[in-house]
Amino acid sequence: MNIVVCVKHVPDATADRKFESDNTVDREGVDGLLSELDEYAVEQALQLREKRSDEEISVTALTVGPAKAADAVRKALQMGADKGVHVSDDAIAGSDYLGTSLVLAKAIEKIGSEQKVDLVVFGMASTDASGGVVPAMVAERLGLPQVTLASVIESQGDQVRIKRDGDTATEVIGATLPIVLSVTDQSGEARYPSFKGIMAAKKKPVESYSLSDLGVEASEVGAEAAYSAVEEATARPPRTAGEIVTDEDGSGATALAEFLASKKFI
Amino acid sequence: MFELSREHEEFRRTVAEFATAEVAPYAAQWDRDHHFPVDTVRKMGELGLFGLTAPEEYGGAGLTGADGGFTSLCLAIEELGRVDQSMGITLEAAVGLGINPILTFGTDEQKATWLPDLVAGRAVAGFGLTEPGAGSDAGATRTRAVLDGEEWVVDGAKQFITNSGSEITSLVTVTARTGSRSVQRDGATVEKPEISTIIVPAGTPGFTAEKAYDKLGWHASDTHPLSFEGARVPAENLLGERGRGYAQFLATLDDGRVAIAALAVGCIQACLDMSLEYAGQRQTFGGPIGRKQGVAFQLADLETMLRAARLLTYSAAAMKDAGAPVAAFKQAAAIAKLHATESAVSATRIATQVFGGYGFMEEYPVARFYRDAKVLEIGEGTSEVQRMLIARGLGLPVE
Repeated sequence: MNIVVCVKHVPDATADRKFESDNTVDREGVDGLLSELDEYAVEQALQLREKRSDEEISVTALTVGPAKAADAVRKALQMGADKGVHVSDDAIAGSDYLGTSLVLAKAIEKIGSEQKVDLVVFGMASTDASGGVVPAMVAERLGLPQVTLASVIESQGDQVRIKRDGDTATEVIGATLPIVLSVTDQSGEARYPSFKGIMAAKKKPVESYSLSDLGVEASEVGAEAAYSAVEEATARPPRTAGEIVTDEDGSGATALAEFLASKKFI
Repeated sequence: MFELSREHEEFRRTVAEFATAEVAPYAAQWDRDHHFPVDTVRKMGELGLFGLTAPEEYGGAGLTGADGGFTSLCLAIEELGRVDQSMGITLEAAVGLGINPILTFGTDEQKATWLPDLVAGRAVAGFGLTEPGAGSDAGATRTRAVLDGEEWVVDGAKQFITNSGSEITSLVTVTARTGSRSVQRDGATVEKPEISTIIVPAGTPGFTAEKAYDKLGWHASDTHPLSFEGARVPAENLLGERGRGYAQFLATLDDGRVAIAALAVGCIQACLDMSLEYAGQRQTFGGPIGRKQGVAFQLADLETMLRAARLLTYSAAAMKDAGAPVAAFKQAAAIAKLHATESAVSATRIATQVFGGYGFMEEYPVARFYRDAKVLEIGEGTSEVQRMLIARGLGLPVE
């Protein structure tokens, strides 16, 4: 079985994040890492490989992004993925979800031209843009069923069953491979890479593709082709100190209730 | 300039993430309850921390010196020690005193029996050398092992033995007199005890890990006095050569010194991190205390100590990985241990002072580090022993 996990390199949420002058995220000037939500996707792909020891399963980590994005692929390789693919091209900068999904879909097709791709795994969203729509878009572009937001994944033969926890019900969904799958942060803690894994990753193959390798025109992607643009970005104002209610005469509960009511919480 | 490889830095980040998520939130509670967290030890095993210097056939990482296996172990000890010294020493002792003697001196059968669980973190092992009346002075060892048919019968007592009485302790390796031999000294014939090392599995009748010590620090680390009363183990439990027990122990000691130095580096880093944060928050006379030279200069001292200790430690570790000559590595290990551990004790004193009254409260981790640091100057060779070794390394005939 051939599994492709799509991973994204995102700015470290604990670092001082900035925007470029065109309101796109500054991806070069800030430390980045593999999106935490994508770690769950890598973990599920690796678990599938481990559980289904009866067949040969290859896990490829795929990313689209500037030079530094290779770090996201390397982290996936350190965790245990077998190989990596990094699509990088200056023309991709500023792409919206549609542009990104096009590049990903073409890259998956190219990977599939060598060995059929049975399963594409995504995290539920990225931790920077938080769109959560790319898995569905890639599924549409590839003409594959989309099975999204899985918290539990089981597979046997070419059948996959997942659990999706909604607000009012839990759905069990079955599908036949090939499919596009996205997994939630409830699907199981991602493993830490071991030192052995870190050393092994140095020797794993990573292929680099440009847009022309994928047969995508520069005009189809990037900020120019985007259907939406960020017009303005303002840093959130720093949090102000909270209000402390000291209960000295038994009026504390009333004061709390009044506060909550004034904010329309109750 | 001395630099760690990119892979080592990435591994450091991994262990730091693990330590922050899996150890730091519980360290204070474990310390209060004197609780040895078996589940966390197992998770450390899943991360491969116990197998960094072990071959793949026993579940280890199978690294070569060129990969920097020992350096990676030191990084793991430092990063665990940065949030919890007890877990740092648990790893250090499990590898240095539990796994290494069996890996270095064990037969294929002993290795196959004991190493897989130890390397996976499913079990830990202790090394019983110290006795009520004997530590570095091996000749004073009183624990005896007598060969009775196909069995060793062990009698005696050991003390301060790390990882020796936890629910996942699988064995302790003990040094014991197995006889004596005549040697010529100053023209006279004297009897010298023959010291051998013997593997005593946990659960052996007659072997008891007594009640855990009430220690000043390292509360979450498992430390017991051990007693042996006619404890019988098979003759093949002899570890390595008969009569070479103490020499074998000495051979593994230098690594342990560097590992303890790494634990000390983690302690100094913690002191700097905590003090820096507090000095920026704590306000007096209309400004943060970090503005006062009296505080700021102390933080400058912490940073200086940290860099010096780190350089000494990791250059010694790199020497080990590179297979440097024994004498040169020995000297580097002793210097790193001496400097890093004495700096760590100073660093905890500075940090508690920066925190003022709060530094004396168990509510803040500073107090825990203050209690934990002192033993760094004692375990795996006291500062005095290190000074003696360093002086001898200079060619001085120190007794």
